[in-house]
Amino acid sequence: MDLAHSPADEAFRAEARAWLDAHVPADPLPSLETEEGFAAHRAWEAELAADRWSVVSWPTVYGGRDADIVRWLVFEEEYYAAGAPGRVGQNGISLLAPTLFDHGTQEQRARVLPSMATGEVIWAQAWSEPEAGSDLASLTSRAARTAGGWLLSGQKTWSSRAAFADRAFGLFRSDPDTPKPHQGLTYLMFDLRAPGVTVRPIGRLDGRPAFAELFLNDVFVPDDDVIGEPGQGWRIAMSTAGNERGLTLRSPGRFLAAADRLVSLWRTRADPTDTALRDRVADAVIGARAYQLFTYAHASRFLDGESIGPESSMNKVFWSEYDIALHETALDLLGPAGELTDTDWSEGYVFSLAGPIYAGTNEIQRDIVAERLLGLPKGRR
Amino acid sequence: MRFLLDTEQRAFAASLDAMLTSADTPAAVRAWAAGDHDPGRALWARLADAGVFALAIPEAYEGVGPLPVELAVAFTELGRHAVPGPLVETVAAAALLSALGASGPAKRLLPTLASGEAVATLVLPGGAPYLLDGDTAEVHLAVRSTGETADVHLAQAPVRTSAPLTTPPAADDTESSGSPAASRGTTEQAPVGSSQQAGSAGDATGAPAPAPGHEASRISGTPGTSTMSGTSGAPDTPAPPTLPTAPSPPRPSPRPSPDPAPRPSLDPARRLTRPHPGGELLATGPQVARAAAQALVWARLATAAQALGVGLALLDRTVGHVKQRSQFGVPIGSFQAVKHRLADAKIALEFARPLLFGAALSMAPADVAAAKVTACEAAYATARSALQLHGAIGYTAEYDLSLWLTKARALRTAWGSPAECRAAVLAGLSGGGPRP
Repeated sequence: MDLAHSPADEAFRAEARAWLDAHVPADPLPSLETEEGFAAHRAWEAELAADRWSVVSWPTVYGGRDADIVRWLVFEEEYYAAGAPGRVGQNGISLLAPTLFDHGTQEQRARVLPSMATGEVIWAQAWSEPEAGSDLASLTSRAARTAGGWLLSGQKTWSSRAAFADRAFGLFRSDPDTPKPHQGLTYLMFDLRAPGVTVRPIGRLDGRPAFAELFLNDVFVPDDDVIGEPGQGWRIAMSTAGNERGLTLRSPGRFLAAADRLVSLWRTRADPTDTALRDRVADAVIGARAYQLFTYAHASRFLDGESIGPESSMNKVFWSEYDIALHETALDLLGPAGELTDTDWSEGYVFSLAGPIYAGTNEIQRDIVAERLLGLPKGRR
Repeated sequence: MRFLLDTEQRAFAASLDAMLTSADTPAAVRAWAAGDHDPGRALWARLADAGVFALAIPEAYEGVGPLPVELAVAFTELGRHAVPGPLVETVAAAALLSALGASGPAKRLLPTLASGEAVATLVLPGGAPYLLDGDTAEVHLAVRSTGETADVHLAQAPVRTSAPLTTPPAADDTESSGSPAASRGTTEQAPVGSSQQAGSAGDATGAPAPAPGHEASRISGTPGTSTMSGTSGAPDTPAPPTLPTAPSPPRPSPRPSPDPAPRPSLDPARRLTRPHPGGELLATGPQVARAAAQALVWARLATAAQALGVGLALLDRTVGHVKQRSQFGVPIGSFQAVKHRLADAKIALEFARPLLFGAALSMAPADVAAAKVTACEAAYATARSALQLHGAIGYTAEYDLSLWLTKARALRTAWGSPAECRAAVLAGLSGGGPRP
């Protein structure tokens, strides 16, 4: 049992730190949930990619550095410690790319991944529908067979980044006559600017259009943009949901950096006699460390060849609740200024509130923990 | 970087788990709570044979340590089985004596702790003011801090062996010693001293009365200098006391505490007494304060591990219960309200676990404090859910769940309250706290 990184990993850390020191913008970029901010973040992705820092865990042929999970964790620690911008390409990089590596064709990987790595194409997700949220398998948007491809119709919603993104990926019902709802679904990629697509941005709590509704009216998708076999979409989507959601959706580095910022705020703003707030600051420090070490333990198991399945649901519940608690503490430290939306903490707070809802609600995650890790019987949700 | 227990460490845990499962540990816990320490001491001897206590003791003193990771592994299993006794305290005493080093009583006492012949209990700055299970422990250590410096006293002769470990406490001598500790503890002397005499006289096995002239075993020194008694061969020390290498059956009944009656704990298997104010001065000076700080780190690590084990046992038992308990025609474990409480317990415990082992690797006070507060909070939260989900049966003393429920509460405030541990976490950061 050992937490020391190898000299090679430490050299990688030093290289990342030096690059970030030289390149991270001195002033924060505008919010990526604005048109201007989205463009600025896209340019930052290109700058990262130019020196192969945008997708370090990918094979070099697609613009990565072949970093294993430990190196990826090291990179993320350095990235967020340097105060680098949020990642506008996150959806594609952490959800679509792993699916393509596992289930895509060589042609798809060669076509899709390089432009994802540079930020030239930003991907949105198209999972939820007005009547299909936690019960995602009940979705009804259709993919109907047509010559050389498929015609998509229906409505998707809560599509993160879709207000400004270029393309989207998601599940569609290609066979409406299967006995079970999770059968007959197909995983497709489509262009958000294709004929028949209408994007209606939705303002989140602070009014910024962080997500959108998608209205699809006979949108043509060529066969080349189906991932895996038609009808196998559920299995394909879920096979990466477990692994990748757990270990790569939210890296410990980002929470370690946030806890550091919180401690700085506490030092400058706190009443030293306020032990209740002090305890919450301590909990933020402890939680970031716990999350880091939990992730290292699971990364070690992963490197040993074990698969990480339902454990990632514990991870998701932990970080999403942690993130809210941390930001609430920050706003409380700010006192009356905590309600202002022009502070460093406001956008993070608003963003954190969505954590227990997206990527599988925490209620669904707790069901997974209870049924698959504790072995409790299935019941009505 | 490989942050996983290795095969050997996992096998060690499994062997302790198997041993404690077959030993009917709950019966030993209940006997312990009733004042019958025999089954618990038999278990203690088997744990010692398995090497548990030797993990905290360096090889120079017949241990195999210090091996904090293995200790955390072992204590998780001890907590999982609710093993009674001053387990944490014996480890902390071992750490204290080891840190005091060769000039201290380490050579005299540590081999007996490693072998399980002697059980230790202690008070330290930063811990509770009570001795745990002083009515069965042979070695009582009391560290008292006076700012930068501290002193450590050894009190109470061994009761289970034919020779004393040391001389008995004598408060009057402390008063006259001129040591930095001399001015403390005056208020509790009279009743303590008198019950000590009664206890010695009443020892059914005829353990020798404390030898007179014990004041000769104390060497006063200047702060910063080791002031030890024991086996160093200094001309003014008595011959080193020895322990027999084999237990001497029949085991004597525990000697009455020299102190007022034990304070009842919410965990009936924990018996708390005020430490004797006097005793043999083993050492004084800043090195004692440093050794005590190290001992506190070991105490917190062991408590964190024990609490994690307690929480894991509570979770396991509750999962078993809700799978088989049916209401409204279905197992209650199929209800989401039940599932989610248990999922939260699982998550809390599984995030405490890496903090525990990370702390065992670094042994940094802040890391250990983080592990302590997190493991204890997780175990306590799990206890609350375990009680709720068991319903009324969980609220009974006769159902074994109570052994873990009450321990989870006691461990939460033992060896550092949640607030003290959180403060220690922040104190470990560079840069300090807010300024007025």
